[in-house]
Amino acid sequence: MKNFFKTYSLFIVFMVVVLIAMEYLVQSDIIPAFIVPAPTDVVIHIIDNWRPLIFEHLGATMLEFAIGFILAVVGGVCLAVCMFFSKTIEKMLYPAVLISQMIPIIALSPIFVLWFGYTIWSKVAVTILMSFFPIVVGAYDGFKSTDKDYIELLRSMGASKRQIFTKLNIQMALASFFSGLKIAIVYSLVGATIGEWLGASEGLGYYSRRMSGDLNADGVFAAIVILTIVGIILFALVAMVEKRTLRWKETE
Amino acid sequence: MTLLLKNVTYTFPKESKPIISDLNLKVEKGEFVSLIGKSGTGKSTILKLITGLLKQAHGEITINGQPISLGDVGYMPQKDLLLPWRTVMDNIMIGAEIQKDLQLTKEDARNWLKRIGLIDYEHALPNQLSGGMRQRVAFLRAMLTGKEVLLLDEPFGALDSITKKEMQAWLLSIWQELDKTIVFITHDLEEASYLSDRIVLLKQNSVEEIEVPLPRPRHADMLHSSELVGLRRELEKRI
Repeated sequence: MKNFFKTYSLFIVFMVVVLIAMEYLVQSDIIPAFIVPAPTDVVIHIIDNWRPLIFEHLGATMLEFAIGFILAVVGGVCLAVCMFFSKTIEKMLYPAVLISQMIPIIALSPIFVLWFGYTIWSKVAVTILMSFFPIVVGAYDGFKSTDKDYIELLRSMGASKRQIFTKLNIQMALASFFSGLKIAIVYSLVGATIGEWLGASEGLGYYSRRMSGDLNADGVFAAIVILTIVGIILFALVAMVEKRTLRWKETE
Repeated sequence: MTLLLKNVTYTFPKESKPIISDLNLKVEKGEFVSLIGKSGTGKSTILKLITGLLKQAHGEITINGQPISLGDVGYMPQKDLLLPWRTVMDNIMIGAEIQKDLQLTKEDARNWLKRIGLIDYEHALPNQLSGGMRQRVAFLRAMLTGKEVLLLDEPFGALDSITKKEMQAWLLSIWQELDKTIVFITHDLEEASYLSDRIVLLKQNSVEEIEVPLPRPRHADMLHSSELVGLRRELEKRI
């Protein structure tokens, strides 16, 4: 806890100052409340609507996020392993993975709606598209980053390619994989939200868009605040798993 | 058990001139042979050829008449290369995990750790060990692969002189006890003279073999003997 405050004290002070400034500017009518809401109004909106916000909309977003993220992790790691073992697959698919990141999601999302309709799968597809890239690149670059000297050492003991992979490459890839995973988990949440903007009947993305249509800035910001808090929690969870998994790095 | 290199030639990819040309070397069972020579004369390359990590363009490398293959010898590279996420025990046991037929139990490994004074570090990670400790663990890992031939590539090169002396004495005692065959690379002429039965001096275009005129067993007092000092001077001239 002491470490937490040491690391984030300046940020916390900055945020408190920003929130106080916002509150003052809005309450003094310097900025209209429909442009930027007063933080207290956002909190009141969340308290007043917590039941639909949490159970209905956050629940829907989390379901899309969870399915998309799990599929992206499983698919991404499998693809990274295939590319690592097969030059042909790498040459064939790595450029496609890169190109997938060049396409604007907003341009692609209507196609997902066309393919999957307004079902959960159009949102899941956007989520996968957003999070797949950092997972594949993190894992694949991690596998490839294995020090040649270590590989030679295990080969000199008669290790097979499979043994080298399980005993060396996987461990060596973990740091890079977790870096990708931390980005991917946040992107997944963003992906689910974007997916909802394009067509949904529930979810925090849908809620913020509906509130935006009503010029209800409190509602828009309420959804943003909840998404931000969830994003921070998810990021912290991955960071915690990373720390536990790579505990040996702390001794370095 | 005889390790034999016969007319071995090796050229690095994209190089036109071979780094090792027509090399002949015979190492008998239980012998301690040191390879010395300036940088770029192919010392480490020879060890990699013997391990099977590199494949010679010409010639043959055999152990007891059988062509060598990966996993036939114990190899300790210049860096200790302990896997940082594995404990000392798990690093030592990796050879047994790879070669399923290797009869090495944790109890055996524990006994060895006791002998080398590292039993209290069984569960420690490599980064919690000093340089000398790491080298001892790396040596134990190579030795406990159970191979008769051990290839040691400058194992003590990065150690301070006091630790180095301790490690030399320790290596000699283990070698004598286990009757291993050792091919050892060093830049330290005193170390080569003190440890070896025979020194192979590698030059750009030739190889010289020099017998070490010191009796066994060796002890630290011999480091200042006239034979060893004389041999070291001779090597300095020839290298």
